[in-house]
Amino acid sequence: MNVQVVYFARYRERLGLDGEALTGEFACVDDVRQALLARGEPYAVLAEQNLMCARNQDLCRLAEPLEEGDEVAFFPPVTGG
Amino acid sequence: MAVRVQEGAFDPGQAVNAMQAANVGVGAVVSFVGYVRDFNDGREVAGMFLEHYPGMTEKALAKIVAEAEQRWPLLKVEVLHRIGTLAPGEPIVFVGVASAHRQAAFAACDFIMDYLKTRAPFWKKETTGEGPRWVEGRQSDQDAAQRW
Repeated sequence: MNVQVVYFARYRERLGLDGEALTGEFACVDDVRQALLARGEPYAVLAEQNLMCARNQDLCRLAEPLEEGDEVAFFPPVTGG
Repeated sequence: MAVRVQEGAFDPGQAVNAMQAANVGVGAVVSFVGYVRDFNDGREVAGMFLEHYPGMTEKALAKIVAEAEQRWPLLKVEVLHRIGTLAPGEPIVFVGVASAHRQAAFAACDFIMDYLKTRAPFWKKETTGEGPRWVEGRQSDQDAAQRW
């Protein structure tokens, strides 16, 4: 399965990239996160307790199921307004 | 019902007046304007950069407005949010709600801001004398959104 992962704000800066394409067996958003965490630093930032995530530009839980071609986003708590 | 995400400045007074816009069914307009402050968390703030998630931002705001429209009888809703570089004193966000009566307009404006603060993908980065820093999310904002 192919997914496009995107990062924002502090995570984007920490990882030094806006996003990347990932291929693997991902049943849910957390499977993508675990695959990234397994790479070690600087991906450890994705272990933060208050991490937020989105699937196809809708907020979701880590248990959200995935389909081929989905866009998955990881970001710190939002601070607009 | 309009949602706008823009780099350019806006005039809050003009935005408030446009809420009634010759609709004589409007009996109440409630608005919120958020500004960049020159001081936050113990440091002087010289400026701010607002990052967002293009595409999701508009979608998330439209969803919040749609939910407000389901909960209260509203005649018009306008959400305006700036992105990019801002200076202290500049308006960041405008939420305007028009209704026949004040209760719905007050409640919906409050609700939209609470949800925007916790669900719309914007991130503030402040420029301070000790360098740039990302603004951290606040528990009080999470608690406020839980009320609804």
